[in-house]
Amino acid sequence: MTKQDLTNAITDCVRLGDKAFVPYIMAGDGGLETIKGNIVFLQQAGVTAIELGIPFSDPVADGPVIEEAGERALAKGVTLRKVLKELTLFKDEVTVPLVIMTYLNPILSYGIDQFAKDCQDSGISGLIVPDLPHEENGLLRSSLEKSEIALIPLVSLTSPPERIKKITAAAEGFVYAVTVNGITGVRDGFGDDLAAHLEQLKAVSPVPVLAGFGISTPEQVQSIGALADGVIVGSAIVAAFHRNDLTAIEALVKISKKEIYS
Amino acid sequence: MVKELDATQTMRAGRYGRFGGQFVPETLMTALIELEAAYDDAIADPTFTDKVSYYLKDFVGRETPLYFAERLTKEAGGAKIYLKREDLNHTGAHKINNTVGQALLAMRMGKKKIVAETGAGQHGVATATVCALFNLECVIYMGKEDIRRQELNVFRMELLGAKVVSVDKGSGTLKDAVNEALRYWVANVEDTHYILGSALGPHPFPRIVRDFQRVIGVETRRQIVEKEGRLPDAIVACIGGGSNAIGMFHPFIEDEDVALYGVEAAGSGIETGLHAAAITDGKEGVLHGAYMYVLQDDDGFIQEAHSISAGLDYPAVGPEHCHLHDIGRVAYTSVTDAGALEGLQLLARVEGIIPALESAHAVHYAVELAGTMGEEEILVICLSGRGDKDVQTVRDALGGGLND
Repeated sequence: MTKQDLTNAITDCVRLGDKAFVPYIMAGDGGLETIKGNIVFLQQAGVTAIELGIPFSDPVADGPVIEEAGERALAKGVTLRKVLKELTLFKDEVTVPLVIMTYLNPILSYGIDQFAKDCQDSGISGLIVPDLPHEENGLLRSSLEKSEIALIPLVSLTSPPERIKKITAAAEGFVYAVTVNGITGVRDGFGDDLAAHLEQLKAVSPVPVLAGFGISTPEQVQSIGALADGVIVGSAIVAAFHRNDLTAIEALVKISKKEIYS
Repeated sequence: MVKELDATQTMRAGRYGRFGGQFVPETLMTALIELEAAYDDAIADPTFTDKVSYYLKDFVGRETPLYFAERLTKEAGGAKIYLKREDLNHTGAHKINNTVGQALLAMRMGKKKIVAETGAGQHGVATATVCALFNLECVIYMGKEDIRRQELNVFRMELLGAKVVSVDKGSGTLKDAVNEALRYWVANVEDTHYILGSALGPHPFPRIVRDFQRVIGVETRRQIVEKEGRLPDAIVACIGGGSNAIGMFHPFIEDEDVALYGVEAAGSGIETGLHAAAITDGKEGVLHGAYMYVLQDDDGFIQEAHSISAGLDYPAVGPEHCHLHDIGRVAYTSVTDAGALEGLQLLARVEGIIPALESAHAVHYAVELAGTMGEEEILVICLSGRGDKDVQTVRDALGGGLND
């Protein structure tokens, strides 16, 4: 699938009156062989796209739930290389766009051009690198430009308007709007300024805006989803897979659909 | 193979050759941009630089002596050895040069809360000290293993009013403490300044830390000219992240006749893989916001560092050192735990100075080096800290007694 397919998947959703729902899973939490089952389950549940997290030794942007899932995956020997290889085995069965979330160093170690090529072969359509801000993204951009992989930027609550313009102007796929100052993980509440921030972001962004970080309950999927083109849910999905609570995942996805949502 | 950064990137501010940069979450970018602007503004303002100088003199006790180590010189049997006595600073190490400057900068930026990481505890103590001095709230992240190794430093920080948070993730050492301090900063960035303790991290930290540590080299330069009428032939400093070394080296970079040596921690030996020598044995990569030499495995996962000295126990080396290595201006070498223990005992016996285990790495290498130099030559060791904090560790390592 291409980066345009990724954008289209979200805009199609919005056109139908739904909200995009992108779950994050920790690739290989439970072993490499769980990746296929989890992807198939999520696409059947009706998700818009899937964000696949790659475990890393020093995940500074992640909260405890995802960090622990990453440690479990690392203990099973999961690496970026192995995940991309595993994905090639069943890529014809994948019907939703896949986005890789990895810290930068595993990509540098892999070799940027080879990584871009292997992502393409694995059917990846987007890439999120939390420790690669706008100023540094030239490092990957030249290799990715030749590919069909979107480099998805993050925008935070601390990004001033001028900076938001600069970041979104170069955005591909979608814009990842970080909804809190802090790390990933479950939260009770969001700042009062979030609605205005997301509204401003949507006004300038040429691609859809998905909100993520701290969104874990059906109520939050609904309330934050209403402010953006959709949501990314990480820790709650990772925790539910870990305790094998598939019903909870289905319930979260269902909230993003029009008939429930509106 | 790691792809090299292209030319336009190496020209950007915050780069040392191809090293450095700002590889951090977007949430921190605005804070880094503000920090750089505030720093540029501050150092152009004499009221700020005078204030830094005032506290360095009257509170820290600078300038520190450049001491001719006569008996150590005899022992080494070669070059005249001088010690730059950073161990005599208030709180016992060079770390406070940087914390005084950064705390004053934080206050100038209107930030009343401070977060910091610490390895050996020296930077944590130096941070807690200036926070007490300037009435700033202080949170220090410290690895669980380091807390065990440096129990008394934890208590010192608490006496000074800091909150010390134990980090039991990873190896429970400096790398993990930096991860947690970064997470805390991301969540509290609007009212908190992060006082990074070494010449590491995203731009502008490596530059700020270097500039506040340059006082070491600037004083040394003046002092050696006063004493010997010329510059030294060699300077030796230990390298963890590399703040004492860059502070010492920087004013001499243009003086090509002054040979500069950085000593990494070889732990149990480079060949064992249990070490902290990132320039000697690491690969290029990104950690904690900067492109550096990093100890990592074939999948790009960061490896744990190993050293008897908590202050050198870090799997990377600051970006400017990486560049100085690449252009061949500084020679980087390494000394094992055993070598550092020898260096510590030797300096204690012949000069009456117990150095920090970190600095003992430099002492050990310098004694070997001095032995290969002529008697008319001059060598300066940056004695970055004192060893009071390490007495327990040294006793344990020596099996409870002295090995002579």
